[in-house]
Amino acid sequence: MIRIISILVGLFFTVALVWSFGNGALIAITEPSPETAEHEFHRHPKEVHFASDGAFGRFDRQQLQRGFQVYKEVCSACHSLQHVAFRDLAALGYSEAEIKAIAAGFQVPGVDPNTGEAALRPGMATDYFPKPFANDIAARAANNNAVPPDLSLITKARHEGPAYVYSLLTGYHDQPAELLKKFPEAETPAGLYYNPYFPNLNLAMAPPLTSEGQVSYSDGTKATVEQMAKDVSAFLIWTAEPTLEKRKQTGWPVLGFLLFATVLGYMSYKNIWADKKKV
Amino acid sequence: MSFPWANEYKPTNPFMKWMDEKLPLPRFVYNSVGAGYPVPRNLNYFWNFGILALVCLTLQIVTGIVLAMHYAANATVAFDSVEHIMRDVNWGWMLRYAHANGASAFFVVIYIHIFRGFYYGSYKAPREMVWLLGVTIFLLMMATAFMGYVLPWGQMSFWGAKVITGLFSAIPLVGEPLQQWLLGGFAPDNAALNRFFSLHYLLPFVIVGVVVLHIWALHIPGSSNPTGVEVKSESDTVPFYPYYIAKDGWAVGAFAFLYCVMLFFFPNTLGHPDNYIPANPMSTPAHIVPEWYFWPFYAILRAFTADFFFIPAKLMGVLAMFAAILVWFFLPWLDRSPVRSSAYRPLYKKFIWILLLDVLVLGYCGGAPAQEPFVMISQLASIYYFAHWLIILPIVSAIERPDPLPYSITQAVLGGEDVPAMANSTAPVPTHG
Repeated sequence: MIRIISILVGLFFTVALVWSFGNGALIAITEPSPETAEHEFHRHPKEVHFASDGAFGRFDRQQLQRGFQVYKEVCSACHSLQHVAFRDLAALGYSEAEIKAIAAGFQVPGVDPNTGEAALRPGMATDYFPKPFANDIAARAANNNAVPPDLSLITKARHEGPAYVYSLLTGYHDQPAELLKKFPEAETPAGLYYNPYFPNLNLAMAPPLTSEGQVSYSDGTKATVEQMAKDVSAFLIWTAEPTLEKRKQTGWPVLGFLLFATVLGYMSYKNIWADKKKV
Repeated sequence: MSFPWANEYKPTNPFMKWMDEKLPLPRFVYNSVGAGYPVPRNLNYFWNFGILALVCLTLQIVTGIVLAMHYAANATVAFDSVEHIMRDVNWGWMLRYAHANGASAFFVVIYIHIFRGFYYGSYKAPREMVWLLGVTIFLLMMATAFMGYVLPWGQMSFWGAKVITGLFSAIPLVGEPLQQWLLGGFAPDNAALNRFFSLHYLLPFVIVGVVVLHIWALHIPGSSNPTGVEVKSESDTVPFYPYYIAKDGWAVGAFAFLYCVMLFFFPNTLGHPDNYIPANPMSTPAHIVPEWYFWPFYAILRAFTADFFFIPAKLMGVLAMFAAILVWFFLPWLDRSPVRSSAYRPLYKKFIWILLLDVLVLGYCGGAPAQEPFVMISQLASIYYFAHWLIILPIVSAIERPDPLPYSITQAVLGGEDVPAMANSTAPVPTHG
């Protein structure tokens, strides 16, 4: 009895699936899904390497400092970094005095000690990076109806995040002629910028890194657009996971111990079973 | 509860004697996981995954309890509190990665454990209750994992919660009110997050309870084994301690090694980047996908794209998705073959490997965007999935001629040598019923 019921239930699901399959096949033949500009012209991030890559990866602190400089002088005009506090910058090799000076250079929301009213005050080491816009509405108003995302986690929040950020920053160019020829309706709307690394190809962010020397590096590194893009990507790897280096450094002794313990465990297993396999 | 030749617990230490009279806990341990529990001697490495599952459960509970000390289940701060754990809590990053990857490890282990059950017919008499409790544990695990994934309140948390609770809205008449009742609102928000946290904390302890029953039920007939032939004599078994403690010990070490490779070097590989974006009800991610361990079932859900007579496609998908797991409850009665192990079932063995491949294909399609050709592939794979359990298994188990079974475990291990009385004898080929 149970077998008959089972086969009937099985037929119910399989026939329903065959029906779905047939319908889907019919649609696929009669109305093939149209090609889209996004599908054809969206590009995979460029290949780019960072010092923090790989199982032995370490942060290049010089590079992180340069990247921070790019963030501070360029990105921070529109993008917040809300999960990072000034005190965290100690990990980049800044001294306490330097961090205090950096923090003091930012105006953070506070309270007027005399009136109790909202006011701005110079930042302290314990403050988090202030947001450039008071709220999302203000951000939209200033950015062609787009909210610039917070950058703290951006390299973890995108597929192949660091390469994506680097590619996006260096990927702006004019729309290819063949795109316009094939998809005339996909012309970049006014106020947006064409970038093949952005999922829908057009984004509201104007090219932020445009000219060599836009940032003056104090360590003498030549500030090409590629260099600045790479440095700020490296910095954003750090902001997304300040514990990355510690994680990898912790991993090796843990694996070493486990390997040792497992080998010992295996040997005792062999030893204990030595008389049993053949009895 | 055990075989007659099991070693008896004989305390020599006066304290242990005293203890044995008042509360025979050491005796209980001795008889459950000690020298007093005889186990088939021929278990292969598939049989280590029960212990590994227990290790995972413990790991999840321990890391989870500590994470709960730092996490805030409130929609306005949940995401930030997770980042606080990652950045400011001492070793918080390790706890969180251990917990998130621990869930994946738990599912890897449990899927191997379940496949072991399929392949070796562990669900068959006299172990039906072990199996039923096991499937119950799996369902509880899925619920726990789903609610846990909602807690960081990232984009996938939010939209996953929306999609999965949305499944209930497919139920005729009561669907919509049921969904609102489950969520405590019209969409996932603070009410849903709070109750998910509460249940995510509760369910693991329910799992512990069912695991106790699962192991209790197992210890009545004892473990099955790769031949599927029941234990006949003392030479078929070895005491759990030290033999299987030693084998499980090194297996736990090997498992911990692989798990730590993921934890320390690929902690986000199995996660989805979108969950590092705070939940935003106004912005739908391009592709909403659950965690990898739900992909096969998600593929089945999405395979039903056309209304079937009067049943809407969505309801069909929901029914099928739940049926895909609930069918496991019926395996002991759908599989009528008297032979347990697929090693002696030449025909069914082929189908069970096809099933494994089929589920991997379903998994791949479930993680892929809902586009062609993935939808059509998942439809074909789903057809096999249901046909396998509901049509092929009952028919094959009725018509198959199994290979001859060894007389005993001892004979299977030693190939007939040193077993004077039973050498050259084989068990009669069982007739099928």
